[in-house]
Amino acid sequence: MKFAVIVFPGSNCDLDLFEAVHTVLGEEAEYVDYRETNLDAFDAILVPGGFSYGDYLRCGAIARFAPVMETVVEKAKQGVPVFGTCNGFQILTEAGLLPGALQRNEGLHFRCKPQRLVVENNETIFTNQYQKNEEIVLPIAHAEGSYYCDEATLAELEANHQIVFRYADGENPNGSLNNIAGIVNKEGNVLGMMPHPERAVESILGFTDGLRLFQSMAQSFVNAK
Amino acid sequence: MYLVKVYVTYKESILDPKGEAVKKAVHQMGYETIESVRIGKYFEIVVNDNDSAKVEAMIDEVSDKLLANVTMETYRYEIEEA
Repeated sequence: MKFAVIVFPGSNCDLDLFEAVHTVLGEEAEYVDYRETNLDAFDAILVPGGFSYGDYLRCGAIARFAPVMETVVEKAKQGVPVFGTCNGFQILTEAGLLPGALQRNEGLHFRCKPQRLVVENNETIFTNQYQKNEEIVLPIAHAEGSYYCDEATLAELEANHQIVFRYADGENPNGSLNNIAGIVNKEGNVLGMMPHPERAVESILGFTDGLRLFQSMAQSFVNAK
Repeated sequence: MYLVKVYVTYKESILDPKGEAVKKAVHQMGYETIESVRIGKYFEIVVNDNDSAKVEAMIDEVSDKLLANVTMETYRYEIEEA
């Protein structure tokens, strides 16, 4: 399985994503420059965290117009798995691949800590290696992670089981609507989440619950062949 | 040549914690009569085109897709000869 790790000016969690899928998981991976428009060689696309374009205007607002994103949108529409974390989630909402938007954290503080989450939907290609309603811990590090969408969209997300991860009850770090930490699109091939599973793949780092997300992707790829 | 002024503000239902922080600071200045502060963005755009209809259509698209995130924000603009 070959993963593309997109790199925008200002991305800084691309290395962690690459390490997670290549060094730890053992799959093929390549960094892909934001100006590249051909992604045919890849089976999955990873959109990293960081501060693409300095978060100028709005987080992810400018990355959405990078040349590579036109291809990412095309590939997503064709069903290629696309995964975005933190700034990646913000870019996916700005690009219209996922509904809603990420706002400034309710308390204004940058939240950087281990965060308890619940895996609400373990039937996606990103979460089939988790138990339903399993509680996991992943690091978060963000100032604009409060998920917002209008009432109609929220009802749809809930009804379609598109909410994949929620912050554990009583532990919402940023004011996200309905404790939403990560969502998938209707077709199930695009996932965006604020926490960082790519920073939770080795026990020496103190977290290992993130590895299974990438293992799920690899397993789904094998199953699909 | 046109000068376009675009104002982008949060929709009323959106929480604005930065505006709240500014309001607190204003209260610390002693001005308790200020009940609400909401922060928006202001853009000044110079356009090299004399077709005002074309310019408006362009600004609408630019505002819709880039200057404002229409999930959370609304925009309006004023056009004047530059």
